[in-house]
Parts: sequence; C-alpha cells; structure tokens
Amino acid sequence: MNSSKKIRVLIAKPGLDGHDRGAKVVARALRDAGMEVIYTGLRQTPEMIVESALQEDVDCIGLSILSGAHMALFPRVMELLRKEGANDILVVGGGIIPEDDIPELKKAGIAEIFGPGTPLEDIVEYIRTHVKK
Amino acid sequence: MSIDDLVEAVLSGKRRALARVITLIENEDPKADKILSALYKHTGKAHVIGVTGPPGSGKSTIVTRMTAEFRRRSKTVGIICVDPSSPFTGGALLGDRIRMQEHTLDREVFVRSMGTRGHLGGLSRATSDAVRVIDAFGKDIIIVETVGTGQSEVDVVELAHTVIVTDVPGSGDDIQAIKAGIMEIADIFVVNKKDLPGADKKVTEINAMLDIDPNMGMWRPPVILTNANTGEGIPELVDKIEEHMRFLVETGLLKKKGLERSKEELEQLMKYKLTRELLMKLQGTPEYEEAIQKIAERIADPYTVAERLILDFLVKFRE
Repeated sequence: MNSSKKIRVLIAKPGLDGHDRGAKVVARALRDAGMEVIYTGLRQTPEMIVESALQEDVDCIGLSILSGAHMALFPRVMELLRKEGANDILVVGGGIIPEDDIPELKKAGIAEIFGPGTPLEDIVEYIRTHVKK
Repeated sequence: MSIDDLVEAVLSGKRRALARVITLIENEDPKADKILSALYKHTGKAHVIGVTGPPGSGKSTIVTRMTAEFRRRSKTVGIICVDPSSPFTGGALLGDRIRMQEHTLDREVFVRSMGTRGHLGGLSRATSDAVRVIDAFGKDIIIVETVGTGQSEVDVVELAHTVIVTDVPGSGDDIQAIKAGIMEIADIFVVNKKDLPGADKKVTEINAMLDIDPNMGMWRPPVILTNANTGEGIPELVDKIEEHMRFLVETGLLKKKGLERSKEELEQLMKYKLTRELLMKLQGTPEYEEAIQKIAERIADPYTVAERLILDFLVKFRE
C-alpha cells in the first residue's frame, strides 16, 4: 500500500527580501508534479524553517533568497538540521546566487542551486530523484 | 526506527517522532495501525475543536489567535490544517502555516498541514488518526481546521468535541442560514470581519435561524463577532469554547458522544478491513473477472453477484 506515499516539500523564504514570485512559481510547479508543498511565507529565520520542516516531516526544503544573505543563512539552516539529526532532508536553493558562492554552499550541504532561468522540469526531476525515500 | 521506539518517542514528547508517525498514517503504512493501537490507551484527554467555514472567512487567522489565547491560559496546542489536494495530480499547496508563524518557535505548539488526498467531506482520511496521535503526545487542545467548506462538508463533527462554524458579513441572505448542512453542526458561530458592513445583520440572521430550530437542546450555539486581524472577540470565543466543554461534561453528553463515536469507529473499521480482505481475495481471480464481464454484458446482475461473493467468503471464513 505504498502507492500513497507523497513527496512533501517545504518552500521557505529566509531573510528579509519581500519577493516571493519565484518561490510561488516553483511551489506551483511542484504541486502540479503531484507533490505536497508547504509554503510558509516571507521573512523566515533559519530556526523557523527548520522547526517547520520537522513538524511537517518534509523530504525536501527549497530555500529561495534574493537579498544576498545566502552565505550566512543557508549554512545556518544546514547547521540547525544537523543539530536536530535531520540532515537526511534534501536541501536545495534558488534565487540570485553568484556562481562563485555555489561551491561553498555545496560544501555546507546544500545539494543543488537553481539560478534564474532553470527550467521547472529540472527542479521537479532533481527533487524526485534525490529525496531519500 | 522500530514501532516500539516510535511509540516510546511519541509518548515522551519527541516532536519529530510525532511528525513521522503522522506521515506513516497519511501514507497508509502497515506500521501505522500497530502504532495507533499501542497509543490508543493514552488518548482521550485532549479537547478537540473543529473550525470550519467558507474559504477566506478567516479560519487560519482565527485558529492562530485562538492558539495565542489558549497559550495565555497555559494550555498546550496541536493544530491540523487541511487544504485540498488536486483531483488531477494529487499534489497540494498547503498554505495555512503562513498565518501561524508566530507560533512556530513555541515548543508547546505543534502545527501539521495535510492535503485531503482525494477524501471529500472537509478532512483527509488520516485526520482523525492524526488527532489521536497528537492527543497521546499530550497536547491539551487540538484544533482541526478543515478545508474551506461550502454547505455539506460536515465530517469534522465526527471528531471534534466543539465545532466552530465561521462566516463573514455579506455572504448570502437569511435563506442560506436555514439551509441544512453546515449550519446545523455548529456549537459556536463566529461572524468574522466584524468591521465589514452587514456584520450585525449576519448575527441577527443566524440567531433568527436558531430561534426557530425545533431540535434545540440545552446548548444554544452562541454567535460571536470577531475581528481576527486585531484579535477582537477572541477571548470571548475561547471563553465559550471552555464553557461548551464544561457543558458537555456536566450534562454527561461527553460520555454519551464518546460511546457513539466508539461504536461508529468500530463499525467503520470493520467495514473497511472486511472490504479490504474480501477484495484482496477476489481481485485478479478468473472467477471475479468473469463475474464483472457477465455484469457488463447483462448476463448477470451486480445485486445477485455481490450477495453470492460475500456469502462464499463468509462460508470459507468459517471453515
């Protein structure tokens, strides 16, 4: 009876920028791909994101950020997940993130970064094949 | 984690275990039944409150405000928010948490979002079992927010002790108020967005409906005006919720309802398991396929065939 298993994704906006158009477009695409998407709204602290992810028992967290604070906030999310023993959750990022920052973010544990112009199907496919089920 | 470990972790207040068990229930994992049966004796302590009403009437905001008020009264709170799943893809966008962010870091509040996953009636199939696990986990108050409802999604009445029906000014005339369905299940009415024109008229219409209700028992549902954005009316609402629970206890209705619910649940469960058992035996057998074929060709009729298959099953079961 495992056919009813669903991929659950938390889409979160860390930091202070107020632009969530991209996050909503991605949320919609994941919904249309049959996933359950929990959207928590703007201006989330890493603590709030990790707590929501735990309560919702998600398989994946998608972080969207446009403010430039990703080098501080993304690794902080990873650190808190590790502290909770929840580093099995797949974490991906998107937004305005310079190429040069990507290697360091990956080192911190972010699985993949999807910049502007990424086809939505790529994101869907990536999550589908990389969540730990 | 093993079943015993999960049960132990839920009972000792580990919220990740709680979250994981709810997922197992939602996915109809075979482990879920065993966990639920181990947890059952630890349930029955929480006050379960259902909040239902049309989309956009402020349910999530009211739930958030109510939660803050319950926390002020030193109560711990579990919240389940149900949003619709797509009938086409099975996907869902669960957005009720957006309004509930102020409670995210409060360890005494646990919020879980659920998609309906094809179930009609305002809740998902897993909702009542999820309520039970949160109950065993030890929350004093469990609030279940249904999907935005129309007129007949009344499932919530089966699992809540207290049902709150929300409405807003300007939503239909007084005939809407005397229609059957959702208007009949309220223990408390909330007219939210009281700052909008027509709020008093709405209250009058609901009260007029209650005045002519021939089935009115000892509890007349109060009608409360709120502005959930500012929090106006929320303490009064929570007072009424607590009053309703006292009423249920004092009149013995709580016990009576508990018995009715246990009977209903046992019957539902037997029906479900029996059907599943029966179908597992039948599906894929040539005899079954042939019977379906005959029914489609009008050689046999479904009424007779159903009776025969069930009888055969029961006879075999006896042997």
